[in-house]
Amino acid sequence: MPRPHYQALFQTLLGLPPEEMRRSQQAADLSFLHQGITFTVYGNEEGTERVFPNDLLPRIIPNHEWRKIENGLTQRIAALNLFLEDVYHGGRILADGIVPRELVYSCKHFRREMRGLTVPRGIYVSVCGTDLVRLPDGSFAVLEDNLRVPSGVSYMLANRKVLKKVFPTLFRDYGVSPVDHYAQALLATLRALSPASSSSRHEPTVVLLTPGVFNSAYFEHTFLAQQMGIELVEGRDLLVHDNVVYMRTTAGLKRVDVIYRRVDDDFLDPLCFRRDSSLGVPGLFNAYRAGNVMLANAIGTGIADDKALYAYVPAIIRYYLGEEPVLQNVQTYLLTDRSQREYVLEHLDELVVKAVGESGGYGMLIGPHSTAVEREEFRQRIIAEPRNYIAQPTLSLSRAPCFLDGEAQARHVDLRPYILYGENVTLVPGGLTRVALRRGSLVVNSSQGGGSKDTWVLRA
Amino acid sequence: MNQRRETTMLSRVAESLYWMARYLERAVHTSRLMDVDFQLRLDQSPESSAGRWLRLLEASQAPAPEDGKIDAAMLSHILTLDKTNPSSIISCVAAARENLRQVREQCSTEMWEQLNRLYLQVNGTTATESWQLSSYVFFRAVREGAQLFYGISDSTMAHGEGWRYIQLGRFVERTDALARLIGTHYTWLHSSLDQAVESEEYLEWVGLLKSCAAFESYCKTYTAELRPLRVAEFLLLNPSFPHSVRFSVDNVHESLTAIGELTERKAEQAVRLAGRLSAMLSFSQIDEIMASGANAFVDSIRWQCTQIHNSIHQIYFDYPVESALVA
Repeated sequence: MPRPHYQALFQTLLGLPPEEMRRSQQAADLSFLHQGITFTVYGNEEGTERVFPNDLLPRIIPNHEWRKIENGLTQRIAALNLFLEDVYHGGRILADGIVPRELVYSCKHFRREMRGLTVPRGIYVSVCGTDLVRLPDGSFAVLEDNLRVPSGVSYMLANRKVLKKVFPTLFRDYGVSPVDHYAQALLATLRALSPASSSSRHEPTVVLLTPGVFNSAYFEHTFLAQQMGIELVEGRDLLVHDNVVYMRTTAGLKRVDVIYRRVDDDFLDPLCFRRDSSLGVPGLFNAYRAGNVMLANAIGTGIADDKALYAYVPAIIRYYLGEEPVLQNVQTYLLTDRSQREYVLEHLDELVVKAVGESGGYGMLIGPHSTAVEREEFRQRIIAEPRNYIAQPTLSLSRAPCFLDGEAQARHVDLRPYILYGENVTLVPGGLTRVALRRGSLVVNSSQGGGSKDTWVLRA
Repeated sequence: MNQRRETTMLSRVAESLYWMARYLERAVHTSRLMDVDFQLRLDQSPESSAGRWLRLLEASQAPAPEDGKIDAAMLSHILTLDKTNPSSIISCVAAARENLRQVREQCSTEMWEQLNRLYLQVNGTTATESWQLSSYVFFRAVREGAQLFYGISDSTMAHGEGWRYIQLGRFVERTDALARLIGTHYTWLHSSLDQAVESEEYLEWVGLLKSCAAFESYCKTYTAELRPLRVAEFLLLNPSFPHSVRFSVDNVHESLTAIGELTERKAEQAVRLAGRLSAMLSFSQIDEIMASGANAFVDSIRWQCTQIHNSIHQIYFDYPVESALVA
């Protein structure tokens, strides 16, 4: 039974001949192919460039539910930024025993180099994509935070563009909140980070640093750079001289003030992090330390989206803000705790096990869908390195109608809204709804056979 | 404050736009050669076509078969759908698209979509027997796809620095390709220079003109009587025909001058080299050129063209850091 806010959608679509829907879907698919909206699948030599499957039926979110999401995520990003500032300075929260010291220091994304370094406005995470799921009771809960280089926002915008073309009347009648101002909001957020020394010169030069054309999110990098009207640079376009970052242009070298980097910490600066990286810029970290260039997101934010730290986020919110979390967490078992570990090892066939530092659906065990061999493998890994894994109950992700094989079918979905933190916190009303297109599948990641659909947040 | 926004172009971006245009021009040029060949073949015996086929391979810088024997199917495979030959149409279109993909935020969305469409179309083609019989449709599609791309570029992209690099790449490539084609043609054919060509060679000369999209324009200028001297004059020295060497070089010169002004770089060297070549073409007389041999002249054009390319590279794409540090 569709929820009430889907009624109008269903009535319109039921009135359409199936042929018409199929034609619309084909037109949409072709439009993605022609625009080259593709992503890259790793570990697959051939045909690495694929169209990101799009489903025509929008996900609809009533306004009152969105307001709660907005409040919850605003609260969360504020608390996580305070946490990062604390951890890289005094470490109050560790001294007070709210978050165990060893949890932070054993995280592979903890960057000692960031100790004592002050970032502008205390903002470590300027761009965040948080994955939400709907629990059986209908409320939204946070599944994970992505505080390093979250991607997917371009699909949110591309899906919207296509849907407006395919269902213009329906779109208007529903009263959908616009998302098109995302790029402008992102640019304003990045400019807010600009170092004080450069503001006297002229408006700050912001660039987007991409790992290059072979990165899975390259389309998104080009798209955002174009929408913001800033340069898309690769490591080889930048150089550091006297702790100042320049880009190599046809008119000579030009100073860079803010870098929206879509390159992981490890690869940013071969002098400081991974020596074998050719994606980064030698000397970048020193320029950053000297305050001559700003990075978004800051280096070392990965400790706050470590999947084991995730279990402490509600406590972190209470500690810094003195408020109850608006959005719940999903129950999480910490495998460093002996009794929890024993419980998990006994119930591997019911639980989902995730590697703490991974993302993109890599390194996961989904208990109910796993084989005995896979479970045994994870058992060994957990016993060897309990800090590296967490377990969660297998969620029955909520399902949304999708247009597949000529009819509406229910598929599992999640939701990733994007949060920007500059002068203030901005959420564009919407997000990326990811769909597990295979029947019964629970994995929505694009690298694992997922697709996406437009998300309509209603104005009233 | 009403400040003029400084335009910025990354060296890597400029280089990608330049190469994108070079590859696309090369694909169009080859498809024109192949189309002309397809038409000529219908009027000729395979033996008399074979000479032209070897010439085409040479002009396209593709390796000739070891035994010197070649047939129509082989030729069309090597120059069209052979992914191992870097100058085949399919490789050139793929390379053009790859270059644009790396800088797609620099061009208009419509430009990217058009080039991507052309790539998908070319890449989806397989060399079946029926394809061989109707390959002229394919050649036409490549040409029209590219022309549509240029039309879209001219009407949707700002005619600023980026557009200038596209022009530059397109006309540097055209200069080089025309010079190569004319050079091989005059080496192989020995008609008397200032008389109408004889019937068995007539087709080959029509072929040369058509390969440069020049047959109709030539007829308008000199009538349908084909004399090798006039053909050479038209293709090398005509100032207003877009597929003449002189026209192409003039465009290179103009683009370099414009880029020099836009970037305020010291670009004298590149502009001087292009200007010198342009002057050579505007002040030369065709009978003098032919008296000392078309080949020497064409070689000199190609050598100067390479120098221009190298100097563009050194000034805009890959300069030493010390020379560019701003105070």
